[in-house]
Amino acid sequence: MGLTINQASVVYPAADGRPPVEALSRIDLAIDNDDFVVALGASGCGKSTLLNLIAGFLSPTSGEILLDGHRVQGPGADRAVVFQKHALLPWLNVIDNVAFGLKLQGGAEKARYEMAGRFIALLGLDGFQNSPVYKLSGGMQQRVGIARALTCDPKVLLMDEPLGALDALTREKAQELILRIWSETHKSVFFITHSVEEALFMGTKLIVMSPRPGRIAHRFDLSFSRQFLAGQSARQVKASPEFIRLREQVLEIIFADEEDAA
Amino acid sequence: MSERASKETVPGAGAPSAPPPANARAGAFSRLTRSRPTRPGEVYGVPGQGDAFWLSLGSIAFIIFLWWLVTFLGWVKPLFVPSPGAIIAKFVDVWQNGFTNTSFVEHVWISTARVFGAFLLACVVGIPLGIAMGMSPTVRGIFDPPIEFYRPIPPLAYLPLMIIWFGIGETSKVLLIFLSVFAPVALGSRSGVRSAAIEQIHAAYSFGATRWQVMRHVILPSALPEILTAMRIGIGFGWTTLVAAEMVAATKGLGYMVLSASQFLQTSTVIMGIVVIAAIAYAFDLLMRFVERKVVPWKGRM
Repeated sequence: MGLTINQASVVYPAADGRPPVEALSRIDLAIDNDDFVVALGASGCGKSTLLNLIAGFLSPTSGEILLDGHRVQGPGADRAVVFQKHALLPWLNVIDNVAFGLKLQGGAEKARYEMAGRFIALLGLDGFQNSPVYKLSGGMQQRVGIARALTCDPKVLLMDEPLGALDALTREKAQELILRIWSETHKSVFFITHSVEEALFMGTKLIVMSPRPGRIAHRFDLSFSRQFLAGQSARQVKASPEFIRLREQVLEIIFADEEDAA
Repeated sequence: MSERASKETVPGAGAPSAPPPANARAGAFSRLTRSRPTRPGEVYGVPGQGDAFWLSLGSIAFIIFLWWLVTFLGWVKPLFVPSPGAIIAKFVDVWQNGFTNTSFVEHVWISTARVFGAFLLACVVGIPLGIAMGMSPTVRGIFDPPIEFYRPIPPLAYLPLMIIWFGIGETSKVLLIFLSVFAPVALGSRSGVRSAAIEQIHAAYSFGATRWQVMRHVILPSALPEILTAMRIGIGFGWTTLVAAEMVAATKGLGYMVLSASQFLQTSTVIMGIVVIAAIAYAFDLLMRFVERKVVPWKGRM
Protein backbone atom coordinates (compact mmCIF):
# COMPACT_ATOMS: atom_id res chain seq x y z
CA MET A 1 0.00 0.00 0.00
CA GLY A 2 2.17 2.84 1.26
CA LEU A 3 1.73 6.48 0.48
CA THR A 4 0.09 7.76 -2.69
CA ILE A 5 -0.09 11.32 -3.92
CA ASN A 6 -2.76 11.89 -6.57
CA GLN A 7 -2.69 15.03 -8.71
CA ALA A 8 -1.81 17.21 -5.74
CA SER A 9 -1.46 20.94 -6.39
CA VAL A 10 -0.64 23.75 -4.01
CA VAL A 11 -1.44 27.31 -5.04
CA TYR A 12 -0.51 30.24 -2.83
CA PRO A 13 -3.15 32.95 -3.30
CA ALA A 14 -2.33 36.29 -4.86
CA ALA A 15 -0.88 38.83 -2.45
CA ASP A 16 0.46 42.41 -2.67
CA GLY A 17 -0.46 42.67 -6.32
CA ARG A 18 1.52 39.56 -7.26
CA PRO A 19 -0.28 36.84 -9.16
CA PRO A 20 -1.02 33.54 -7.39
CA VAL A 21 1.96 31.20 -7.19
CA GLU A 22 1.64 27.55 -8.10
CA ALA A 23 4.12 25.96 -5.69
CA LEU A 24 3.23 22.43 -6.75
CA SER A 25 1.45 21.42 -9.89
CA ARG A 26 -0.38 18.08 -10.24
CA ILE A 27 2.09 15.90 -8.39
CA ASP A 28 1.73 12.16 -8.76
CA LEU A 29 3.97 10.07 -6.56
CA ALA A 30 3.82 6.69 -4.89
CA ILE A 31 6.04 5.85 -1.94
CA ASP A 32 5.69 2.12 -1.44
CA ASN A 33 6.75 0.18 1.61
CA ASP A 34 10.54 -0.16 1.60
CA ASP A 35 10.91 2.71 -0.87
CA PHE A 36 13.58 5.33 -0.28
CA VAL A 37 12.41 8.29 -2.34
CA VAL A 38 14.82 11.17 -2.70
CA ALA A 39 13.73 14.60 -3.90
CA LEU A 40 16.29 16.82 -5.56
CA GLY A 41 15.98 20.13 -7.30
CA ALA A 42 16.91 23.77 -7.57
CA SER A 43 15.75 26.00 -4.74
CA GLY A 44 12.14 27.02 -5.05
CA CYS A 45 11.12 23.86 -6.86
CA GLY A 46 8.70 22.83 -4.11
CA LYS A 47 10.61 20.01 -2.40
CA SER A 48 9.84 21.29 1.06
CA THR A 49 6.26 22.11 0.10
CA LEU A 50 5.88 18.50 -0.98
CA LEU A 51 7.28 17.28 2.33
CA ASN A 52 4.95 19.59 4.26
CA LEU A 53 2.10 18.22 2.21
CA ILE A 54 2.96 14.62 3.10
CA ALA A 55 3.57 15.55 6.73
CA GLY A 56 0.12 17.15 6.83
CA PHE A 57 1.34 20.63 7.77
CA LEU A 58 -0.17 21.89 4.53
CA SER A 59 -3.33 20.79 2.77
CA PRO A 60 -3.36 20.59 -1.02
CA THR A 61 -5.36 23.10 -3.03
CA SER A 62 -6.52 20.19 -5.15
CA GLY A 63 -5.74 16.49 -5.32
CA GLU A 64 -5.20 14.15 -2.39
CA ILE A 65 -2.62 12.32 -0.32
CA LEU A 66 -3.46 8.79 0.78
CA LEU A 67 -1.64 6.73 3.38
CA ASP A 68 -2.66 3.07 3.22
CA GLY A 69 -5.83 4.17 1.49
CA HIS A 70 -6.76 6.80 4.10
CA ARG A 71 -6.73 10.46 3.26
CA VAL A 72 -4.06 12.47 5.10
CA GLN A 73 -5.75 15.24 7.03
CA GLY A 74 -3.08 16.75 9.20
CA PRO A 75 0.16 15.72 10.89
CA GLY A 76 0.39 12.39 12.66
CA ALA A 77 2.84 9.94 14.17
CA ASP A 78 2.63 7.65 11.14
CA ARG A 79 4.70 10.28 9.27
CA ALA A 80 7.46 11.44 11.61
CA VAL A 81 9.69 14.27 10.40
CA VAL A 82 13.44 14.75 10.80
CA PHE A 83 14.46 18.37 10.23
CA GLN A 84 17.68 19.92 8.99
CA LYS A 85 17.98 21.78 12.24
CA HIS A 86 17.42 18.72 14.45
CA ALA A 87 14.69 20.63 16.43
CA LEU A 88 15.49 18.80 19.67
CA LEU A 89 14.19 20.07 22.99
CA PRO A 90 17.18 21.40 24.96
CA TRP A 91 15.47 21.04 28.35
CA LEU A 92 15.29 17.26 27.92
CA ASN A 93 18.28 14.94 27.97
CA VAL A 94 19.00 12.51 25.15
CA ILE A 95 16.75 9.66 26.24
CA ASP A 96 13.80 11.93 27.00
CA ASN A 97 14.18 13.56 23.61
CA VAL A 98 14.18 10.19 21.93
CA ALA A 99 11.19 9.04 23.98
CA PHE A 100 9.36 12.32 23.38
CA GLY A 101 7.05 11.01 20.66
CA LEU A 102 6.04 8.01 22.77
CA LYS A 103 5.36 10.31 25.71
CA LEU A 104 3.01 12.37 23.57
CA GLN A 105 1.21 9.18 22.62
CA GLY A 106 0.85 8.27 26.28
CA GLY A 107 3.03 5.17 26.50
CA ALA A 108 4.06 3.81 29.91
CA GLU A 109 7.37 5.17 31.12
CA LYS A 110 9.16 1.83 31.27
CA ALA A 111 8.11 0.84 27.75
CA ARG A 112 9.04 4.31 26.48
CA TYR A 113 12.56 4.11 27.83
CA GLU A 114 13.02 0.55 26.58
CA MET A 115 12.01 1.54 23.07
CA ALA A 116 14.08 4.73 23.19
CA GLY A 117 17.06 2.75 24.49
CA ARG A 118 16.84 0.42 21.49
CA PHE A 119 17.07 3.27 19.00
CA ILE A 120 19.74 5.06 20.99
CA ALA A 121 21.83 1.91 20.66
CA LEU A 122 20.95 1.56 16.98
CA LEU A 123 22.24 5.07 16.28
CA GLY A 124 25.39 4.56 18.28
CA LEU A 125 24.49 6.92 21.09
CA ASP A 126 24.99 4.45 23.93
CA GLY A 127 26.42 6.11 27.00
CA PHE A 128 24.86 9.47 26.20
CA GLN A 129 21.34 8.67 27.44
CA ASN A 130 21.50 11.23 30.22
CA SER A 131 23.58 13.89 28.48
CA PRO A 132 21.94 17.24 27.85
CA VAL A 133 21.40 17.53 24.10
CA TYR A 134 22.84 21.04 23.87
CA LYS A 135 26.24 19.67 24.82
CA LEU A 136 26.37 17.19 21.91
CA SER A 137 28.04 17.80 18.55
CA GLY A 138 25.92 18.60 15.51
CA GLY A 139 26.27 15.09 14.13
CA MET A 140 25.18 13.50 17.39
CA GLN A 141 22.27 15.90 17.73
CA GLN A 142 21.09 14.88 14.29
CA ARG A 143 21.35 11.22 15.25
CA VAL A 144 19.20 11.95 18.31
CA GLY A 145 16.70 13.59 15.94
CA ILE A 146 16.61 10.48 13.76
CA ALA A 147 16.29 8.17 16.76
CA ARG A 148 13.44 10.31 18.05
CA ALA A 149 11.55 10.01 14.76
CA LEU A 150 12.17 6.25 14.51
CA THR A 151 10.95 5.67 18.05
CA CYS A 152 7.49 6.79 16.92
CA ASP A 153 7.50 3.78 14.59
CA PRO A 154 6.21 5.80 11.63
CA LYS A 155 5.12 4.19 8.37
CA VAL A 156 6.90 6.91 6.44
CA LEU A 157 9.96 8.76 7.64
CA LEU A 158 10.13 12.30 6.25
CA MET A 159 13.60 13.81 6.19
CA ASP A 160 14.04 17.45 5.24
CA GLU A 161 17.74 17.82 4.41
CA PRO A 162 18.67 16.00 7.59
CA LEU A 163 22.39 16.02 6.81
CA GLY A 164 22.64 19.50 5.34
CA ALA A 165 24.25 21.03 8.40
CA LEU A 166 26.89 18.35 8.92
CA ASP A 167 30.52 18.45 7.85
CA ALA A 168 31.49 16.32 4.86
CA LEU A 169 33.01 13.42 6.75
CA THR A 170 30.24 13.14 9.35
CA ARG A 171 27.75 13.43 6.53
CA GLU A 172 29.07 10.39 4.67
CA LYS A 173 29.05 8.32 7.84
CA ALA A 174 25.50 9.46 8.55
CA GLN A 175 24.42 8.45 5.04
CA GLU A 176 25.66 4.93 5.61
CA LEU A 177 24.03 4.81 9.01
CA ILE A 178 20.66 5.93 7.66
CA LEU A 179 20.81 3.33 4.89
CA ARG A 180 21.58 0.54 7.35
CA ILE A 181 18.75 1.63 9.62
CA TRP A 182 16.40 1.88 6.67
CA SER A 183 17.18 -1.67 5.62
CA GLU A 184 16.80 -2.93 9.18
CA THR A 185 13.55 -1.16 10.01
CA HIS A 186 11.85 -1.41 6.60
CA LYS A 187 10.46 2.10 6.72
CA SER A 188 9.48 4.05 3.67
CA VAL A 189 11.52 7.20 3.49
CA PHE A 190 10.98 10.53 1.77
CA PHE A 191 14.29 12.35 1.80
CA ILE A 192 15.12 15.86 0.61
CA THR A 193 18.68 16.84 -0.21
CA HIS A 194 20.68 19.37 -2.18
CA SER A 195 23.51 16.95 -2.82
CA VAL A 196 23.26 14.97 -6.06
CA GLU A 197 25.76 12.43 -4.82
CA GLU A 198 23.78 11.87 -1.62
CA ALA A 199 20.56 11.53 -3.61
CA LEU A 200 21.98 8.91 -5.96
CA PHE A 201 23.70 6.99 -3.22
CA MET A 202 20.73 6.75 -0.90
CA GLY A 203 17.58 6.54 -2.97
CA THR A 204 15.72 3.70 -4.60
CA LYS A 205 13.69 6.28 -6.47
CA LEU A 206 14.89 9.74 -7.35
CA ILE A 207 12.60 12.58 -8.32
CA VAL A 208 14.18 15.69 -9.79
CA MET A 209 11.88 18.66 -9.37
CA SER A 210 11.67 21.88 -11.40
CA PRO A 211 10.35 25.26 -10.34
CA ARG A 212 7.57 27.54 -11.68
CA PRO A 213 5.34 25.68 -11.28
CA GLY A 214 6.88 23.13 -8.91
CA ARG A 215 6.65 19.74 -10.55
CA ILE A 216 8.42 16.42 -10.90
CA ALA A 217 10.49 16.82 -14.07
CA HIS A 218 12.42 13.56 -14.06
CA ARG A 219 12.21 10.22 -12.31
CA PHE A 220 14.98 7.67 -11.92
CA ASP A 221 15.02 4.22 -10.40
CA LEU A 222 18.23 3.63 -8.49
CA SER A 223 20.05 0.61 -7.13
CA PHE A 224 23.22 2.09 -5.64
CA SER A 225 21.99 1.83 -2.07
CA ARG A 226 21.26 -1.87 -2.62
CA GLN A 227 24.82 -2.31 -3.88
CA PHE A 228 26.10 -0.67 -0.73
CA LEU A 229 23.89 -2.80 1.49
CA ALA A 230 24.98 -5.88 -0.39
CA GLY A 231 28.49 -5.26 0.83
CA GLN A 232 30.23 -2.83 -1.48
CA SER A 233 31.98 0.08 0.17
CA ALA A 234 30.38 3.51 -0.14
CA ARG A 235 33.43 4.91 -1.93
CA GLN A 236 33.39 2.04 -4.36
CA VAL A 237 29.74 2.66 -5.17
CA LYS A 238 30.20 6.39 -5.56
CA ALA A 239 33.22 5.92 -7.84
CA SER A 240 31.57 3.44 -10.21
CA PRO A 241 31.23 4.64 -13.85
CA GLU A 242 27.47 4.15 -13.76
CA PHE A 243 27.21 6.38 -10.65
CA ILE A 244 29.35 9.10 -12.18
CA ARG A 245 27.47 9.04 -15.47
CA LEU A 246 24.14 9.44 -13.71
CA ARG A 247 25.55 12.12 -11.41
CA GLU A 248 26.63 14.24 -14.39
CA GLN A 249 23.28 13.71 -16.06
CA VAL A 250 21.32 14.88 -13.01
CA LEU A 251 23.68 17.79 -12.38
CA GLU A 252 23.10 18.98 -15.94
CA ILE A 253 19.34 18.97 -15.42
CA ILE A 254 19.61 20.96 -12.21
CA PHE A 255 22.10 23.48 -13.59
CA ALA A 256 19.79 24.08 -16.55
CA ASP A 257 16.97 24.90 -14.09
CA GLU A 258 19.20 27.21 -12.06
CA GLU A 259 20.22 29.07 -15.23
CA ASP A 260 16.60 29.50 -16.26
CA ALA A 261 15.94 31.04 -12.89
CA ALA A 262 18.88 33.46 -13.12
CA MET B 1 29.33 60.52 -3.21
CA SER B 2 29.84 64.26 -3.41
CA GLU B 3 33.15 64.00 -1.59
CA ARG B 4 34.51 61.55 -4.07
CA ALA B 5 33.20 63.58 -6.98
CA SER B 6 34.88 66.75 -5.74
CA LYS B 7 38.20 64.94 -5.31
CA GLU B 8 38.09 63.72 -8.85
CA THR B 9 37.54 67.22 -10.18
CA VAL B 10 40.80 68.48 -8.63
CA PRO B 11 43.55 67.33 -10.98
CA GLY B 12 46.58 65.70 -9.41
CA ALA B 13 45.28 66.07 -5.86
CA GLY B 14 44.68 62.34 -5.42
CA ALA B 15 47.73 60.44 -4.24
CA PRO B 16 49.79 62.83 -2.07
CA SER B 17 46.91 64.21 -0.02
CA ALA B 18 45.16 60.83 0.51
CA PRO B 19 44.66 59.98 4.21
CA PRO B 20 47.08 57.40 5.68
CA PRO B 21 45.78 53.82 5.87
CA ALA B 22 43.83 52.94 9.03
CA ASN B 23 46.58 50.93 10.69
CA ALA B 24 48.99 53.82 10.39
CA ARG B 25 46.89 55.94 12.74
CA ALA B 26 48.51 54.51 15.83
CA GLY B 27 48.16 55.56 19.42
CA ALA B 28 45.02 55.96 21.50
CA PHE B 29 42.62 55.67 18.60
CA SER B 30 43.76 52.22 17.49
CA ARG B 31 42.10 50.69 20.57
CA LEU B 32 38.81 52.29 19.62
CA THR B 33 38.87 51.45 15.95
CA ARG B 34 40.09 47.88 16.19
CA SER B 35 39.74 45.02 18.63
CA ARG B 36 42.91 43.77 20.25
CA PRO B 37 44.11 40.25 19.40
CA THR B 38 42.74 37.95 22.04
CA ARG B 39 44.39 35.78 24.62
CA PRO B 40 43.92 32.00 24.29
CA GLY B 41 40.46 31.00 25.44
CA GLU B 42 38.85 34.19 24.24
CA VAL B 43 37.18 34.85 20.91
CA TYR B 44 38.30 37.72 18.75
CA GLY B 45 35.83 40.55 18.43
CA VAL B 46 33.23 39.44 20.99
CA PRO B 47 31.90 42.67 22.54
CA GLY B 48 32.39 43.16 26.26
CA GLN B 49 34.54 40.09 26.75
CA GLY B 50 36.47 39.59 29.96
CA ASP B 51 35.98 39.44 33.71
CA ALA B 52 34.84 42.65 35.41
CA PHE B 53 34.52 41.38 38.99
CA TRP B 54 37.60 42.96 40.52
CA LEU B 55 37.02 46.20 38.68
CA SER B 56 33.48 46.32 40.07
CA LEU B 57 34.78 45.70 43.55
CA GLY B 58 37.34 48.45 43.09
CA SER B 59 34.66 50.79 41.79
CA ILE B 60 32.50 50.23 44.87
CA ALA B 61 35.49 50.68 47.18
CA PHE B 62 36.43 53.89 45.40
CA ILE B 63 32.93 55.37 45.69
CA ILE B 64 32.81 54.58 49.42
CA PHE B 65 36.30 56.00 49.86
CA LEU B 66 35.34 59.19 48.04
CA TRP B 67 32.20 59.44 50.13
CA TRP B 68 34.19 58.97 53.31
CA LEU B 69 36.85 61.48 52.19
CA VAL B 70 34.29 64.18 51.36
CA THR B 71 32.64 63.87 54.76
CA PHE B 72 35.90 63.38 56.69
CA LEU B 73 37.44 66.53 55.27
CA GLY B 74 34.23 68.41 55.96
CA TRP B 75 33.66 69.52 52.37
CA VAL B 76 29.94 68.81 52.66
CA LYS B 77 27.75 69.29 55.70
CA PRO B 78 26.52 66.06 57.36
CA LEU B 79 22.96 67.36 56.81
CA PHE B 80 23.45 66.78 53.09
CA VAL B 81 25.85 63.86 53.08
CA PRO B 82 26.40 62.03 56.37
CA SER B 83 29.53 59.94 56.64
CA PRO B 84 29.48 56.18 55.93
CA GLY B 85 30.07 55.63 59.62
CA ALA B 86 26.98 57.67 60.50
CA ILE B 87 24.89 55.46 58.19
CA ILE B 88 26.14 52.32 59.90
CA ALA B 89 25.53 53.89 63.30
CA LYS B 90 22.00 54.81 62.19
CA PHE B 91 21.43 51.28 60.96
CA VAL B 92 22.49 49.86 64.33
CA ASP B 93 20.32 52.44 66.09
CA VAL B 94 17.19 51.65 64.06
CA TRP B 95 17.92 47.94 64.31
CA GLN B 96 17.97 48.21 68.11
CA ASN B 97 15.36 50.90 68.77
CA GLY B 98 13.14 50.82 65.71
CA PHE B 99 11.82 53.82 63.82
CA THR B 100 8.65 55.69 64.83
CA ASN B 101 7.71 53.02 67.34
CA THR B 102 8.01 50.19 64.84
CA SER B 103 10.89 47.76 64.84
CA PHE B 104 13.26 47.68 61.88
CA VAL B 105 12.38 44.08 61.10
CA GLU B 106 8.72 45.01 60.90
CA HIS B 107 9.44 47.84 58.46
CA VAL B 108 11.38 45.44 56.29
CA TRP B 109 8.76 42.74 56.64
CA ILE B 110 5.85 45.06 55.71
CA SER B 111 7.61 46.35 52.62
CA THR B 112 8.81 42.97 51.40
CA ALA B 113 5.33 41.55 51.99
CA ARG B 114 3.84 44.35 49.89
CA VAL B 115 6.35 43.98 47.07
CA PHE B 116 6.40 40.19 47.00
CA GLY B 117 2.65 39.92 47.48
CA ALA B 118 2.12 42.21 44.51
CA PHE B 119 4.85 40.37 42.60
CA LEU B 120 3.31 36.95 43.17
CA LEU B 121 -0.11 38.25 42.24
CA ALA B 122 1.32 39.80 39.07
CA CYS B 123 3.00 36.50 38.16
CA VAL B 124 -0.11 34.46 38.85
CA VAL B 125 -2.22 36.75 36.66
CA GLY B 126 0.37 38.13 34.25
CA ILE B 127 2.17 34.97 33.14
CA PRO B 128 -0.97 33.03 32.10
CA LEU B 129 -2.47 36.13 30.53
CA GLY B 130 0.76 36.89 28.66
CA ILE B 131 0.93 33.32 27.40
CA ALA B 132 -2.71 33.47 26.35
CA MET B 133 -1.97 36.73 24.54
CA GLY B 134 0.89 35.03 22.72
CA MET B 135 -1.23 32.02 21.82
CA SER B 136 -4.49 33.65 20.81
CA PRO B 137 -5.12 36.69 18.61
CA THR B 138 -8.47 37.13 20.35
CA VAL B 139 -6.95 37.49 23.81
CA ARG B 140 -4.18 39.66 22.40
CA GLY B 141 -6.69 41.89 20.66
CA ILE B 142 -8.65 42.40 23.85
CA PHE B 143 -5.84 42.97 26.33
CA ASP B 144 -3.14 44.65 24.27
CA PRO B 145 -4.70 48.17 24.22
CA PRO B 146 -5.33 48.53 27.97
CA ILE B 147 -1.91 47.15 28.93
CA GLU B 148 -0.04 49.25 26.40
CA PHE B 149 -2.08 52.29 27.45
CA TYR B 150 -1.30 52.20 31.15
CA ARG B 151 2.21 50.70 30.92
CA PRO B 152 4.15 53.93 30.23
CA ILE B 153 2.25 55.97 32.82
CA PRO B 154 4.30 56.58 35.98
CA PRO B 155 2.65 54.90 39.00
CA LEU B 156 2.77 58.21 40.85
CA ALA B 157 0.34 59.60 38.26
CA TYR B 158 -2.35 57.05 38.94
CA LEU B 159 -1.67 56.75 42.67
CA PRO B 160 -4.41 59.33 43.43
CA LEU B 161 -6.88 57.26 41.43
CA MET B 162 -5.95 54.12 43.35
CA ILE B 163 -6.57 55.96 46.62
CA ILE B 164 -9.89 57.40 45.46
CA TRP B 165 -11.05 53.98 44.27
CA PHE B 166 -9.56 51.64 46.85
CA GLY B 167 -9.03 53.82 49.91
CA ILE B 168 -5.87 54.36 51.89
CA GLY B 169 -5.54 50.79 53.14
CA GLU B 170 -3.34 47.93 51.99
CA THR B 171 -5.34 47.32 48.79
CA SER B 172 -4.33 50.49 46.99
CA LYS B 173 -0.66 50.03 47.96
CA VAL B 174 -0.40 46.44 46.78
CA LEU B 175 -2.45 47.23 43.68
CA LEU B 176 -0.11 50.06 42.72
CA ILE B 177 2.92 47.79 42.96
CA PHE B 178 0.98 45.02 41.24
CA LEU B 179 0.25 47.25 38.25
CA SER B 180 3.89 48.21 37.87
CA VAL B 181 5.01 44.56 37.92
CA PHE B 182 2.13 43.21 35.88
CA ALA B 183 2.87 44.89 32.53
CA PRO B 184 6.50 43.74 32.12
CA VAL B 185 5.67 40.23 33.31
CA ALA B 186 2.70 39.87 30.96
CA LEU B 187 4.50 41.34 27.96
CA GLY B 188 7.62 39.24 28.60
CA SER B 189 5.56 36.05 28.81
CA ARG B 190 3.73 37.03 25.66
CA SER B 191 6.92 37.38 23.66
CA GLY B 192 8.36 34.24 25.29
CA VAL B 193 5.68 32.23 23.54
CA ARG B 194 7.44 33.04 20.29
CA SER B 195 10.74 31.46 21.42
CA ALA B 196 9.97 27.93 20.27
CA ALA B 197 11.44 27.23 16.84
CA ILE B 198 8.87 26.28 14.25
CA GLU B 199 10.77 23.03 13.66
CA GLN B 200 10.33 22.08 17.31
CA ILE B 201 6.60 22.70 17.05
CA HIS B 202 6.30 20.84 13.75
CA ALA B 203 8.32 17.93 15.11
CA ALA B 204 5.95 17.59 18.06
CA TYR B 205 2.92 17.67 15.78
CA SER B 206 4.47 15.09 13.47
CA PHE B 207 4.90 12.78 16.48
CA GLY B 208 1.17 13.01 17.04
CA ALA B 209 0.98 15.81 19.60
CA THR B 210 -2.28 17.60 20.26
CA ARG B 211 -2.42 21.40 20.39
CA TRP B 212 -2.47 21.24 24.16
CA GLN B 213 0.55 18.93 24.27
CA VAL B 214 2.52 21.22 21.98
CA MET B 215 1.79 24.08 24.35
CA ARG B 216 2.60 22.08 27.46
CA HIS B 217 5.71 20.29 26.19
CA VAL B 218 7.23 22.67 23.64
CA ILE B 219 5.97 26.24 23.86
CA LEU B 220 5.90 26.62 27.65
CA PRO B 221 9.35 25.21 28.37
CA SER B 222 10.93 27.24 25.60
CA ALA B 223 9.22 30.38 26.90
CA LEU B 224 10.66 29.81 30.36
CA PRO B 225 13.92 31.77 29.94
CA GLU B 226 12.06 34.83 28.78
CA ILE B 227 9.43 34.49 31.51
CA LEU B 228 12.17 34.35 34.15
CA THR B 229 13.80 37.44 32.67
CA ALA B 230 10.43 39.18 32.68
CA MET B 231 10.02 38.29 36.35
CA ARG B 232 13.42 39.79 37.15
CA ILE B 233 12.52 42.99 35.33
CA GLY B 234 9.08 43.00 36.93
CA ILE B 235 10.26 42.79 40.52
CA GLY B 236 12.67 45.62 39.78
CA PHE B 237 9.69 47.77 38.85
CA GLY B 238 8.01 46.59 42.04
CA TRP B 239 10.81 47.94 44.23
CA THR B 240 10.85 51.22 42.29
CA THR B 241 7.16 51.68 43.00
CA LEU B 242 7.40 50.81 46.70
CA VAL B 243 8.21 54.32 47.89
CA ALA B 244 5.36 55.78 45.82
CA ALA B 245 2.99 53.19 47.28
CA GLU B 246 4.01 54.07 50.83
CA MET B 247 3.69 57.82 50.28
CA VAL B 248 0.10 58.12 51.41
CA ALA B 249 -1.27 56.99 54.75
CA ALA B 250 1.46 54.48 55.54
CA THR B 251 2.81 54.14 59.06
CA LYS B 252 5.16 51.27 58.39
CA GLY B 253 7.50 50.13 55.67
CA LEU B 254 10.88 51.05 54.25
CA GLY B 255 9.41 53.56 51.81
CA TYR B 256 7.53 55.21 54.64
CA MET B 257 10.71 55.27 56.72
CA VAL B 258 12.65 57.03 53.95
CA LEU B 259 9.88 59.55 53.27
CA SER B 260 9.16 60.50 56.85
CA ALA B 261 12.85 60.70 57.72
CA SER B 262 13.31 63.13 54.85
CA GLN B 263 10.64 65.38 56.33
CA PHE B 264 12.68 65.65 59.50
CA LEU B 265 15.92 66.05 57.50
CA GLN B 266 17.27 62.81 58.96
CA THR B 267 19.49 62.29 55.93
CA SER B 268 21.32 59.32 57.45
CA THR B 269 18.04 57.41 57.84
CA VAL B 270 17.11 58.26 54.24
CA ILE B 271 20.37 56.88 52.88
CA MET B 272 20.24 53.88 55.19
CA GLY B 273 16.71 53.04 53.95
CA ILE B 274 17.79 53.38 50.34
CA VAL B 275 20.74 51.04 50.89
CA VAL B 276 18.50 48.48 52.62
CA ILE B 277 15.98 48.53 49.75
CA ALA B 278 18.78 48.17 47.23
CA ALA B 279 20.35 45.32 49.18
CA ILE B 280 17.11 43.34 49.38
CA ALA B 281 16.36 43.89 45.69
CA TYR B 282 19.90 42.91 44.72
CA ALA B 283 19.82 39.79 46.89
CA PHE B 284 16.58 38.70 45.27
CA ASP B 285 18.01 39.33 41.82
CA LEU B 286 20.99 37.13 42.66
CA LEU B 287 18.56 34.44 43.80
CA MET B 288 16.66 34.73 40.51
CA ARG B 289 19.89 34.42 38.54
CA PHE B 290 20.71 31.30 40.50
CA VAL B 291 17.25 29.90 39.77
CA GLU B 292 17.78 30.74 36.09
CA ARG B 293 21.02 28.79 35.97
CA LYS B 294 19.35 25.81 37.64
CA VAL B 295 16.06 25.83 35.73
CA VAL B 296 17.16 26.87 32.24
CA PRO B 297 20.84 25.92 31.93
CA TRP B 298 20.22 25.54 28.20
CA LYS B 299 19.26 29.21 27.78
CA GLY B 300 20.88 30.57 24.61
CA ARG B 301 22.66 27.28 23.99
CA MET B 302 20.56 25.93 21.14
